[in-house]
Amino acid sequence: MRVNRVVRNGVIIGLATGVFGVAFGVLASTAGLSLAKTMALSLLVFTGASQFAAVSVIAAGGNPLAAVGSALVLAARNAFYGLTMSTILRGSFATRALAAQLTIDESTALATAQDNRRDATLGFWSAGISVFVLWNLGTLLGVIGGGLIGDPETLGIDAAFPAGFIALMMPALRTAPGRAAAVAGTVICLVTLPWAPPGVPVILAAGGAVLALAHYGTAAVETTMMVADQPDGTRDLAEASES
Amino acid sequence: MTWATILVIAAGAYAFKFAGMFGLGRLAESRQARALGALLPPAMLAALVTQQTIGGESGFEFDARLVGVAAGGLAAWRGLPFWVVVVVAAAVTGTVRML
Repeated sequence: MRVNRVVRNGVIIGLATGVFGVAFGVLASTAGLSLAKTMALSLLVFTGASQFAAVSVIAAGGNPLAAVGSALVLAARNAFYGLTMSTILRGSFATRALAAQLTIDESTALATAQDNRRDATLGFWSAGISVFVLWNLGTLLGVIGGGLIGDPETLGIDAAFPAGFIALMMPALRTAPGRAAAVAGTVICLVTLPWAPPGVPVILAAGGAVLALAHYGTAAVETTMMVADQPDGTRDLAEASES
Repeated sequence: MTWATILVIAAGAYAFKFAGMFGLGRLAESRQARALGALLPPAMLAALVTQQTIGGESGFEFDARLVGVAAGGLAAWRGLPFWVVVVVAAAVTGTVRML
């Protein structure tokens, strides 16, 4: 059976997050959370880094305010991804309200790796749904099965994420503005990582996009990076210049 | 962890996602905002890659991840399929950890 390349990549991303879902389930139950509370976190918060942070703070004896604070700092970057996805996704209020819940690193990365709106939309939903299902399934397995799979770090799965993100960034890295944004984002992260709280460097890295836009200008970004309306690669210039 | 804490985190996390998708709606119609939207993922994902590769409890931590991500990054740069990139990075990192 031939599976669409974009969908297949979404499933691969989902499988990797599923392994981390198991690790989250194990951590949460070790920290004394019930099955219902652990599942509520994975279903409703659905932002892996935030969930790990919140449970770790509680497990270390921290107060609830600290747990909420560290979780929400890590969740804040999804607002930026939401802005990106709002320029790509079409559909009713209900569809986009559902899409908002699935707006995370993985779904945004797979969507923006595509060069046309149809594939970008498919990428978003493939990664979003696949990660949602497998992250929650993994969490459930982790709570009821304990450490069946073992530590994902033994398998090196933690390194699979950054490498996968690099692969998904390749189309952007082949354009001058995209490369500039990535370099600026990396430098901002390197400078802030030693002192800023977890999650903050990635938010500050949004400044790298502002710098790249200021340097190259809107027109250069439109011609090289914007998702085209048509699968044939015709850029979305007409519509962009109307607004 | 109380239910109240869980629901506050859930509401806050969704509020960020919702604000991005809708709150900036008018703004997202401008050409500049759309261009910025295209540049945000490379900038922020590059930072995320950096943090996931060499970030530690506090500051930097250089370990097996760096070797695995470098191998995966090379595979990505050579244009190898996505699954190869992911498997190479995980396999190399796992192997270096066993040494």
